[in-house]
Amino acid sequence: MTPSFLGDALGPRGRRTTLIVSVASALLLVGLVIVALTRLSAKGQLDAARWRPFTQWPVIKFFLVGLRTTVEVALVSMAAAMVIGGAMALARLSRTGPARWLAVAYVEFFRGVPLVLLIFFCALGLPRYGVRMSLFWYVALGLIVYNSAVLAEIFRAGILSLERGQTEAAYSLGMGYWQAMLLVIVPQAARRMVPAIVSQLITLLKDTSLGAAIAFEELLRRAQINGEFFQNRLQSLVVVAAVYIVVNFGLSRLARRLEVRQRRRYNAGAITVAGGGMDLAVLGAQVQGAASAAI
Amino acid sequence: MGRTLELSVVSFVLAFILGIAIAALRVSPVPPLRWASATYVELVRNTPLLVLMFLMVFGLPSIGFTYSYFTSAIVVLSAYTGTFVAETVRSGINAVSKGQAEAARAIGLTFPQMIRLVVMPQALRTVVGPLGGIFIALLKNSSLAVVINVPELTSAANTVGTSTARFIPAFLGAAAAYLVLTVPSGFASTWLERRVAIRR
Repeated sequence: MTPSFLGDALGPRGRRTTLIVSVASALLLVGLVIVALTRLSAKGQLDAARWRPFTQWPVIKFFLVGLRTTVEVALVSMAAAMVIGGAMALARLSRTGPARWLAVAYVEFFRGVPLVLLIFFCALGLPRYGVRMSLFWYVALGLIVYNSAVLAEIFRAGILSLERGQTEAAYSLGMGYWQAMLLVIVPQAARRMVPAIVSQLITLLKDTSLGAAIAFEELLRRAQINGEFFQNRLQSLVVVAAVYIVVNFGLSRLARRLEVRQRRRYNAGAITVAGGGMDLAVLGAQVQGAASAAI
Repeated sequence: MGRTLELSVVSFVLAFILGIAIAALRVSPVPPLRWASATYVELVRNTPLLVLMFLMVFGLPSIGFTYSYFTSAIVVLSAYTGTFVAETVRSGINAVSKGQAEAARAIGLTFPQMIRLVVMPQALRTVVGPLGGIFIALLKNSSLAVVINVPELTSAANTVGTSTARFIPAFLGAAAAYLVLTVPSGFASTWLERRVAIRR
């Protein structure tokens, strides 16, 4: 059995110390929870009246529609960002100078700029230059340019993580550059990238909440509205936080499962991008010069 | 810009301390502390930063805690970033070979001693690069403070853009200022990483 803590099995004295510390810390934690609950109930935050709206169908539906909007904008942005990111990664690796420079400029610029700034620019700046779209597309556009830059770096790291021999073998079979890339390199690299991509999807899903800042009615915005209406801001925020946690926790479990399966099957670590996705379990396989993505 | 830097540096120092403490708890032999730290990390990490900001600014006052926007921004940024530091440091701890911990125990060090003297110094060196990435992300995340009215870089751009109707210059100016902050941070962390790297 491997212990889940550091170091080997404890002796009798260590076990006794651990027991004492365990009991003490458990009491402390329970105490903290009790203090918090007392405080909450003293201010009437645990009153049934503040929580009852969440059991009523119209309110639940209000939140579900918000969740659907959040998921929609996330999926649309993810799909578009993957296409553009893929193109940018290929361009950055290409042997054509101008294409490479363009890709480097695009990736480095949009990766280094905060997403809120991009979304504000789309929502407040673009209309002044005559570009008018729905709030959905302002948010989506911001997410697309930002995430395509991050994904481009993930893709590039994945492609570079492949052994040179693969390219050389493809060339020695008489394949051209594009044939080698599309038939040999990309399919193998794609498998390594899957966990990092799922992690990025989690980040993107969390980032859709920035839409609330420009009054786009996704999940968080709807929680704010609900909180104003029923005078239960704290409760509404706690409920949406729980929704985000459940969705993202599920996705991160998926990412971990994919990574484990991948390592077992192909005996190769998945790539991790510094700062990106934060699933840095395989530091050894970390690719140098890779992106510092958002958390 | 000064505000952005101040916000980021203070938050990073706090997040760093918090992250190391949590990572140490997560590998400790005391089950309640392990569970508590794991719960904290999973809860905070999976919540959008903006939701945390709103909880702090709109949620806490309803139970009688009100802080200035700047303090709130620092608390939230540190609490959020701390979870990512914790996860990174934990992966660094995993990278330290098991024999190190066993040797430390064999010479009679207690768990806190072992973490402080043997494991952490080695673990931290291996994660300098990823920590640099986290700092850059924090710099960019500090822009969320705009939503709760802290006058930092993004809000400055916003004000300039709205008042002068010259959006593109204001936007490009702010973007350039962020790049001026993030790009050197990236170089600095790479340099530091090389300096402290352990050859295994």
